[in-house]
Amino acid sequence: MPRLSASDRCSVRFLLNGRSVAAEAEPRMLLTDFLRHSLGLTGTHVGCEHGVCGACTVQIDGKPARACLTLAVQVDGANVRTVEDLAPEPGRLSVLQEAFRRHHALQCGFCTAGILMSLDAYLKTNPEPSEPALREYLSGHLCRCTGYVPIIAAALDAAKRLREATAHA
Amino acid sequence: MSVQAQAWTGRSIERVEDAALLTGRGRYIDDLGVATGTLHAAILRSPHAHAKIKAVRTEAAAALPGVTAVITGADVVGLTTSLPVGVRAPIKCWPIAVDSARYVGEPVAVVVARDRYRAEDALDLIEVDYQLLPAVVDPHDALDAGAQRLYESLSSNVASDRRFRYGDPQAAFAEAAHRIGIDVHYPRNSCTPLETYGIIASYDPGEDAYDILSGFQGPFSIHSVIARALKVPGNRLRLRTPPDSGGSFGIKQGVFPYLVLMGVAARVAGRPVKWIEDRLEHLTGSVSATNRVTRLEAAVDRDGRVRALAWDQIEDVGAHIRAPEPATLYRMHGNLTGAYDIRHMSVRNRVVVTNKTPTGLNRGFGGPQVYYALERLMQRIALELKLDPIDVIRRNLVPANAFPYRTASGALLDSGNYQQALEAALRDGDLAGLQARRDAARREGRLYGIGFAAVVEPSVSNMGYITTALTPEERAKAGPKNGAQATATISLDPLGTVSAHIASVPQGQGHRTVLAQVIADELGLKPSDIVVVAEMDTARDGWSIASGNYSSRFAAAVCGAAQLAAARLKSKLARIAAAQLNVGAEEIEFADGKVRARRNPDNAAPFGRLAATSHWAPATQPSDVDQAIRETAFWTPPELTAPTEADEINSSLCHGFIFDMCGLEIDRVTGAVRIDKYVTMHDCGRVLHPGMVAGQITGGFAHALGAALYEEYAYAPDGSFLAGTFADYLVPTSMEVPAPLILHIETPSPFTPLGAKGVGEGNCMSTPVCLANAVADALGIADIGLPLTPAKLAAATQNAEPPPPARTAAAMPAGKRRALHGAGEARVAAPPKAVWNALLDTRILASIIPGCHDVEQVSATHFRADVTLGVGPVKGRYRAEVKLEDLVSPRSATLIGSAVGALGSAVGKGSVRLAGDAAGTTIISYDYDAEIGGKAAAVGGRLLDGAARIVIRQFFEALARRVAGISKPAWRLWLERLLAQLGRRP
Repeated sequence: MPRLSASDRCSVRFLLNGRSVAAEAEPRMLLTDFLRHSLGLTGTHVGCEHGVCGACTVQIDGKPARACLTLAVQVDGANVRTVEDLAPEPGRLSVLQEAFRRHHALQCGFCTAGILMSLDAYLKTNPEPSEPALREYLSGHLCRCTGYVPIIAAALDAAKRLREATAHA
Repeated sequence: MSVQAQAWTGRSIERVEDAALLTGRGRYIDDLGVATGTLHAAILRSPHAHAKIKAVRTEAAAALPGVTAVITGADVVGLTTSLPVGVRAPIKCWPIAVDSARYVGEPVAVVVARDRYRAEDALDLIEVDYQLLPAVVDPHDALDAGAQRLYESLSSNVASDRRFRYGDPQAAFAEAAHRIGIDVHYPRNSCTPLETYGIIASYDPGEDAYDILSGFQGPFSIHSVIARALKVPGNRLRLRTPPDSGGSFGIKQGVFPYLVLMGVAARVAGRPVKWIEDRLEHLTGSVSATNRVTRLEAAVDRDGRVRALAWDQIEDVGAHIRAPEPATLYRMHGNLTGAYDIRHMSVRNRVVVTNKTPTGLNRGFGGPQVYYALERLMQRIALELKLDPIDVIRRNLVPANAFPYRTASGALLDSGNYQQALEAALRDGDLAGLQARRDAARREGRLYGIGFAAVVEPSVSNMGYITTALTPEERAKAGPKNGAQATATISLDPLGTVSAHIASVPQGQGHRTVLAQVIADELGLKPSDIVVVAEMDTARDGWSIASGNYSSRFAAAVCGAAQLAAARLKSKLARIAAAQLNVGAEEIEFADGKVRARRNPDNAAPFGRLAATSHWAPATQPSDVDQAIRETAFWTPPELTAPTEADEINSSLCHGFIFDMCGLEIDRVTGAVRIDKYVTMHDCGRVLHPGMVAGQITGGFAHALGAALYEEYAYAPDGSFLAGTFADYLVPTSMEVPAPLILHIETPSPFTPLGAKGVGEGNCMSTPVCLANAVADALGIADIGLPLTPAKLAAATQNAEPPPPARTAAAMPAGKRRALHGAGEARVAAPPKAVWNALLDTRILASIIPGCHDVEQVSATHFRADVTLGVGPVKGRYRAEVKLEDLVSPRSATLIGSAVGALGSAVGKGSVRLAGDAAGTTIISYDYDAEIGGKAAAVGGRLLDGAARIVIRQFFEALARRVAGISKPAWRLWLERLLAQLGRRP
């Protein structure tokens, strides 16, 4: 790993939601602040900055990761995906997002981006999840509004619809 | 109401809010653009629970490049006045520590800099001299006449002491067959919204006016509090809210002292200032529900009928009495008899100040504390009289034919049928099945219990209830306060489309969707035709002191106001349509986007065309219509009157009913609670949106489950805060929250326009005590306190744990604070004498102590060091003093040290022993014992222990490198490390 000097600004080049990005960051800058305030993608939220609440979850090289525990300079060369990339086009929602809306799986919406990013990655490798498995998987996310019940229902519904779509394809 | 008016309200339509929130296009406060030149604030907070502030030295911080201003208590005193206090007590309440710090986390200084990183750098450079004072933590201790006083101007720590009498409680107690009592210590907790506080403040010196954007949720009675504190007239304080909020649950009422603080910061800095609270600040220093000590006694007949209650409540509001406290205590004042018909009652309410974070609104607001005592007592009554707990509840419920029912202390219960709700819950929730499961479990030796709770959920607060804390004489002097003004504005634009504006400040509850349903029904439109604007601006919008998002007032009050505004507009439009369609106004109906003659639907005009008339052709309007462009309705219920001479108070307008029952099992080995089944029956009047009502119930249930089983804002006896991260303050996850079975009956409120009542807070009142009753039933014990953690329950099911193994090192004096101890060994490839010399060399020490900025040698055996250390998420700068004793060169030494920093303090003792071997290697063995206080203590033992081990390991590794390399060139060291990694020695 390269050694960085605290006083230097470092160049960070990476793939963000399918487009290449080049920007500068101080070595201590968190990926959350970098995404939100340097690059203007405010869909990724900051809930605790110590890795417990999961609101800041993004996908780094396809895997869910806490952006608040990641330094901006660490994603140099990586493929980063955020909630802004989930909808297929403006004005349309993904199957997962639609399921969340249908089941009232969000209220204030602050934790939602992180949960969507985790579920999006999970359902790709686990197309037929059980409820207990989903509950365990989502235990890395805190939601204070919904009591989780509608989130689990939305995830199960989305998984079913995604399977049906795959079967028909 | 026409047939069409039923079309949308009552349906679970999809929320208009969701598309933006699901795609990352929400507009929360930290997402909004700010004015060019906006600066960023960070706050230095007290690491001590109680201390005099002797000096705050800010020069070094102010001199850091990028820093514009450093604000201290003196600046705030110079530019503001004290926040008003809700009781008659000669104390001041500032938004920052002035002369004294009274809780861990209290602001001491604010740095304003070009970005947040720079501002936090500067916090490290501020030096504060504290003189520690004894901390008062327990509310009982606070009553003690000899206790340390928090305020010199107050003769004790009791800020208010009131006694009330309703009916003839003395006679009822004298006559009753039984006197049954219970003692409760209700703990502190908070609903911790996922989004923290945020503020963007600016000040215009030309107009002497403040403009402050924040997630403040109301009540806007606090606008007056802030304006007064900032010393400006009301019209020079513009409060605004962002379009979206990341949740509140009452908590964002508590941001208001920071509005004053950031207003001052913007004024001093001469630029707009933005502050986003971080999570550690939020947990430690934002706001909390009150903890309360209660003694409740009941006068009971042989059959379990309760004749009288005697309440003695000691409310702990923390270090300040912040507005609207002591409202937590008085919000329930009319409802102290719960769902029961009890005519005699005495009440003693004391409010104490302690060295803890000040309290404020939190979902349930006073309800959890009251119902925990009342419903635990109902179970105790059943047990002591050997009656079925359900029978005791049945015997005491307010009769179904008694509504509206005036309680002993003055609440007017609007509607209900508690018996019907109870019996439906027992039937549809299958109590018989639950009892069979309990019996089966018990036959197998498992610990299974069933609990019940019956509660009345008040909503739509009377703005006057808080004055019950004053005596009738004091109230007479201040003038009457009452009511609950709600408001909504509906506008028609020149294309004839409908917009609505409300002052309800939603925090995620979907207000925009429900209002669109209500207005669409009134005007014969679809919800998607209506745009509702929910962000608030006190300079432009209709509002009053009751505006805001609290006391579950949206469905009952705000929707009603919106319907009134829509109805007024509709009535005008009907008169315009009557003229255009040549029929009588009473013949006009609004349906399917048209305005038409009821008996000849073909005689119609599109709604949009008619609705544009007042803009384009006002001369065609009938003369009795002034304009049909904009209607603002205000609505306040006449039932909400001021407290009477006899202290009777109708503290809320609406009263829902909840009956909960649950079955749970306690693991005999771990003490963990597993909820087998939870049933919650609600009567919240008319349901406007079933999906959102279910969301409120399930969400409130999850909050209550956390409060019952896991969460506590715990304090050490020295006032250190022990729940400072989400790894220590345990919020329930998807693994812990089961799906409750939700049941409903509907008895519409006769007092609200739509018949709706509040529903958002009830489970926070009913669920903690329902779970506790089930745990008490499972364990067969009388006294249980929240949270019902596995450790607590295991202690009740098992023998006492064996004492921990004795430690080798000398223990510190009995630990009042977070203790830290450890021992280890390190090897250094140099003889003991070289290691010894290095350990006494300030230059070497400075280069090997992790995070060290400087080491100063005060004497041969006394060192002073300046270090930055991080423990988990808590990183800060400390000044450390180390003294060496018992020096036996080059064999052993004792180190006695202390460290003080913004994040806390530590005192400790350690010993180091050096032993050489034949190969010229030194084996260093060490052990240490320390006590940690302040914010660092809040991160919890696991993180602290781990951090200490890492820091010590880094120290010895650096020592080993340094001592071994003193006479060797760098390339040789590099080669040695490489070879060592390859498993060879040079």
